[in-house]
Amino acid sequence: MSDFIAQHPVVVISLIKVIVLMILMMTALAYLSWFERKMVAHIQSRWGPYRVGPHGLLQPLADGLKFLFKEDPTPGGVDRLTYFLAPFLAMSLALSAIAVIPFGPGQPIEILKGHPTGLQIADVNIGLLFLFAITSLGVYGVALGGWSSNSKYPLLGGLRSSAQMISYELAMTMSVVGVVLLAGSFNLREIIEKQHGHWFGIPQWNLLAQPLPQVIGFFCYFVAAIAETNRVPFDLPEAETELVAGFHTEYASFKFAMFFLAEYANMITVSCLATLLFFGGWLSPFPATARFAWTLYLPAALLAVGAVWLFVDGLRYTTRLGRIVMPILALAAAGLAVVCALPGVMEIVQGPFWFLSKVFCFLFFYVWARGTLPRFRYDQLMAFGWKLLLPLSLANVVLTSAMLLVSRK
Amino acid sequence: MNAELIVFVVLAGIAVLGAVSLIVQRHPIRSALSLIVVMVALAGLYLLQGAELVAAIQIIVYAGAIMVLFVFVIMLLNAGEEERTNLSRVARYVGLPLAFFLMLQLAYWIGRGAPGHAAPAAPETTKGLSQMLFTTFVLPFELTSILILVAILGAVVLAKRES
Repeated sequence: MSDFIAQHPVVVISLIKVIVLMILMMTALAYLSWFERKMVAHIQSRWGPYRVGPHGLLQPLADGLKFLFKEDPTPGGVDRLTYFLAPFLAMSLALSAIAVIPFGPGQPIEILKGHPTGLQIADVNIGLLFLFAITSLGVYGVALGGWSSNSKYPLLGGLRSSAQMISYELAMTMSVVGVVLLAGSFNLREIIEKQHGHWFGIPQWNLLAQPLPQVIGFFCYFVAAIAETNRVPFDLPEAETELVAGFHTEYASFKFAMFFLAEYANMITVSCLATLLFFGGWLSPFPATARFAWTLYLPAALLAVGAVWLFVDGLRYTTRLGRIVMPILALAAAGLAVVCALPGVMEIVQGPFWFLSKVFCFLFFYVWARGTLPRFRYDQLMAFGWKLLLPLSLANVVLTSAMLLVSRK
Repeated sequence: MNAELIVFVVLAGIAVLGAVSLIVQRHPIRSALSLIVVMVALAGLYLLQGAELVAAIQIIVYAGAIMVLFVFVIMLLNAGEEERTNLSRVARYVGLPLAFFLMLQLAYWIGRGAPGHAAPAAPETTKGLSQMLFTTFVLPFELTSILILVAILGAVVLAKRES
């Protein structure tokens, strides 16, 4: 065993990273659904999940158990192979996209002695293209699921979503060409490193970059990305009022859960991509000067504030379980805060902290949109994609290349 | 056996199996799915040769766009299973021997060309490939673009004719 580890360090390191990231990702997916329900409930003046655990914190666990143990009927006349393949395809593709996303700079951690490694599973030259390849294959899960169910609503939902995803994929791919032109690379790490530096105190993220801020590109990308992930206001594939539940109407139990997880994983991937293409990825918004040295303590400070809030809220919580669980959580957060303030750990935490904070903002925006916006009509959706987003993103490509040509002379 | 050969054999096996399944399957959707498998396996083979960009484009364009359209059309028409027909006399006595002969020819020429007669080294980077496309092969590239434009115009004209 130790021989194998010594001979194939890369394999072992990758395996450990994959396992850790999978566990983190599954937890994040579960709590993203909790976060969404809680958020939407508060937007609509409700409480949201409240019964299972303090603040409904155990709700994802209960949901997971329910998905596992529910009856799983297969409707008659389905195309069996495709019917079972579709949810697997959707979820495995959605999860594999996370493999190329870099969460922090350099190679700060040593899992095995003498083999420093980065906070990323695979650093590939064509990282961006790989992500687009994965998203372009994501259509199959939805389309095949809808078709194989042998039922009208899923078929219509599957058709709608394939049409929608093909249309918006074009705009999404074109909208990031500006970023690729600025960075001169498809490597996600290099794209982020190119955004390093400040200009009169403004961070040189691609959104605000010279010579041409990629505001149009970002607008096109994010709108197309919301449509690509089939979320409100572009959730026509599963419009309840017209199509029951769209492509996954005939799926129950864990197969439904897989579609559900795939949707949330896609949301996270798309938010990560928005962060690293337009918002500087792991880069801090503050310049790395002595005046802003205090920002290194931000992760620890935020965790400490969170711990105090958890503790105070836990002490006056209505149920006895809450009065026990919340202070324990507060202690855990306080411990993490202390760890994050240690020299050595502090520097490693900076990258993931800024990266995840930015990703969280996008996820919040997703939920916010779901709580406030009405759904598009189908013809509006198509007109919007083809007549507005695609020309805008093409114009962005032309403008960016022209500005680059002028500024390099 | 080295790792590269193992990966090659596995990917090539998947590609061949997918191709056979494409012909044998009776349902159009399953044939289309087999074709996607072939394309993804081919992308893996390109990756093995170090042609990252070609592999990515193979998946984005062929598996992700063209085949989605195929599947979309099959779903839209809701095409059912096809009937299997017996081989016609022409196919049996002329087609099969000819196909066999073609396979032999291909095997012979590929076998002869394999060692020492490698194709000119493909540019490995995205930059090299783009430079070749826009300098050495600029005429075929532009002609293909015009061909596609004509096809798009034709599709628009055909779609608009009804009204």
